[in-house]
Amino acid sequence: MNLNYTTPEFIILRDLQKCNNCGLCVKNCSFEAHYYSKHQRVESNSAKCVNCHYCVATCPKKALAIKKHPLEFRHNSYWTESAIKDIYKQASTGGILLTGMGTDREYPIYWDKILLNASQVTNPSIDPLREPMELRTFLGTKPGKLELDKTNNLSELMPPQLELQIPVVFAGMSFGSISYNAFKALAIAAHKAGIYFNTGEGGLHKDFYEFASHAIVQVASGRFGVNQEYLENSAAVEIKIGQGAKPGIGGHLPGKKVGEEVSKTRMIPLGSDAISPAPHHDIYSIEDLRQLIFAIKEATEYKKPVLVKIAAVHNVAAIASGIVRAGADIIVIDGFRAGTGAAPTRIRDNVGIPIELAIASVDERLKEEGIRKHVSIIASGGIRNSSDVVKAIALGADAVAIATAALIAMGCHMCQKCYTGKCNWGITTQDPELTKRLDPDKASQRLLNLLRAWSLEIKEMLGGMGINAIESLKGNRLMLRGVGLNETELKILGISHAGQ
Amino acid sequence: MKTIEARGMHYRELNNLIRKYYQNGIKKFLLKGVNGQRYIGSGIKGSPHLTIEGTPGNDLAAFSSGISIAIKGNAQDAVGNTMNDGKIVIHGHAGDAVGHSMRGGRIYIKSYAGYRVGIHMKEYQDQIPVIIIGGKAGDFLGEYMAGGVIILLGLDVEKDEELLGSYCGTGMHGGVMYIRGNIPSCKLAKEVKTASTTEEDLDFLKDCLSDYCSIMNLDLNKVMAKPFTKLYPYNKRPYGKLYAY
Repeated sequence: MNLNYTTPEFIILRDLQKCNNCGLCVKNCSFEAHYYSKHQRVESNSAKCVNCHYCVATCPKKALAIKKHPLEFRHNSYWTESAIKDIYKQASTGGILLTGMGTDREYPIYWDKILLNASQVTNPSIDPLREPMELRTFLGTKPGKLELDKTNNLSELMPPQLELQIPVVFAGMSFGSISYNAFKALAIAAHKAGIYFNTGEGGLHKDFYEFASHAIVQVASGRFGVNQEYLENSAAVEIKIGQGAKPGIGGHLPGKKVGEEVSKTRMIPLGSDAISPAPHHDIYSIEDLRQLIFAIKEATEYKKPVLVKIAAVHNVAAIASGIVRAGADIIVIDGFRAGTGAAPTRIRDNVGIPIELAIASVDERLKEEGIRKHVSIIASGGIRNSSDVVKAIALGADAVAIATAALIAMGCHMCQKCYTGKCNWGITTQDPELTKRLDPDKASQRLLNLLRAWSLEIKEMLGGMGINAIESLKGNRLMLRGVGLNETELKILGISHAGQ
Repeated sequence: MKTIEARGMHYRELNNLIRKYYQNGIKKFLLKGVNGQRYIGSGIKGSPHLTIEGTPGNDLAAFSSGISIAIKGNAQDAVGNTMNDGKIVIHGHAGDAVGHSMRGGRIYIKSYAGYRVGIHMKEYQDQIPVIIIGGKAGDFLGEYMAGGVIILLGLDVEKDEELLGSYCGTGMHGGVMYIRGNIPSCKLAKEVKTASTTEEDLDFLKDCLSDYCSIMNLDLNKVMAKPFTKLYPYNKRPYGKLYAY
């Protein structure tokens, strides 16, 4: 007998009194967790369930529920269920474990150990419903000083800037890792909200050139879809060195995901693997990075800011200093909780550092060196809500990038199976039957709603602190206090403990 | 033909001048006294023709799409980086990472080339980039190659010299290389298979090399007289079986 060691993670509960055997769940589940029995009864195979809730949400009779499977291993706080199951999986396949989205491990969440200030008595708070509140943010190198010529015009040209109506952009997500409709929803929402979307390393489909004024186009190690036209159809160009979910490694988009449209956009043959090497082959040093930054500036006639995206790793402050000196206009720092369409589980769960600590130490270092004004900082990697945004900016970021939160707004249920390409919600899939489940207009409206809600909340929090412009919050760590943090953590974050 | 004296000129100014004159209808340029300026020809839309006297710097024609450049001298690193279309002829030798990630166009090198030539070259539909090296090549020729063609002739290689360095074709998963002569298997990466050329290959080589030979003043028949070894990848998905799924 071929014994299967893997036991189901979830159990599908079907209320047989409510279920009318319509079979919608059978038709809908791309993981084939529901099926027709020999007797034409709809039944479920819990072993195939990924707990994405699609069948639950679409069941016309609301007859379905999914729970964590009650089967437990004998309690062991060291050899946990996931530790045991991972070994079963590797012993049967001999392969690297893959996963999707950000790490789900219990590392400290510094956002939740930082509290915000509010005005009481000694300085007045501001009511954002009645008084102007400025969330507009400009990203890019700022001139050291302003000089006027004889006609009172600026004597030096302002370096190119990105103008954001709210200090949030969408982080890089490629067409390939996400569907055409998901990509379109992000592009529409960025355009309407006055922010930016990011192509990731997947190129920019010609259909989306109309949104070029709100596109950050990525140049990554595989150089997929990169040519003159691509660089021109953008608001800014991002050199991707690393990403928070998988620092230091490359990526492989399997050929089966390279359909006709993805092939056109990446400019690679239909069905071929898209291999992004771990490093850029032309970057082995800060000097080489400078060479690529200026190659891009030269190719775009210095009209667009150049971003450099790195994963938050051990010496992030020193690395960021090098990137500023290499000539980047904007640095994107991606913390270890960042999401991904596919990453080796061990890398995702064990490499990198928290974004909160990274932002604080980078901001501090750049200020010490007197070069903070040369660069804007975008913090990303696990920004969940508007208070995370406010804390990130108070720790020293200019703006944040969100991806997981944006996907959740579009319907993602965090089942972490993006790498299978079977996303039932039509987000991380290229299957036409699945992608059509996501209506880009409705999804973009949900994104706009989220951005509106966050901007209202950010204004409330700013007003409460007595601040009327997001600029005054940047690096303003006096607005932050720590709870339950040790001295080293407080020192790195540059904040006092609550009560101090 | 517009002559630009480039000695001591910053690359930004040089490219701006070319751009300005090209927009005014001048198609041909002679750049004299070039001495290390980077990015020459980058960001210039259209298809101007540049003749360069001297040594252009790194990232020559990076991200370009249709430019034509002839260099009367040597070139440095990353010639034609992420180039989409066009033609670069180097009447001398070239540095490392020539044609990095190029997706179209041609690069002809008269003499030898450095390490990692043609790294991550690609092809897409009718865009098939070609690099032809007249002399020898360094380590990691065609590394990560995903498409396109590299032809290595080894014309001036002395008897005691190596035609190419080690680790040729590491990570190769597409495209083809033609090496004139035999290659010891120790030079080749594990991803690479060798074969002798077919009629079809020879027709293709003749087609590519007739242009190269006429530009470089070489006798095509002499070049074609020595047999070529064809290199191609074992597997188009070298990393397909890495994962536990």
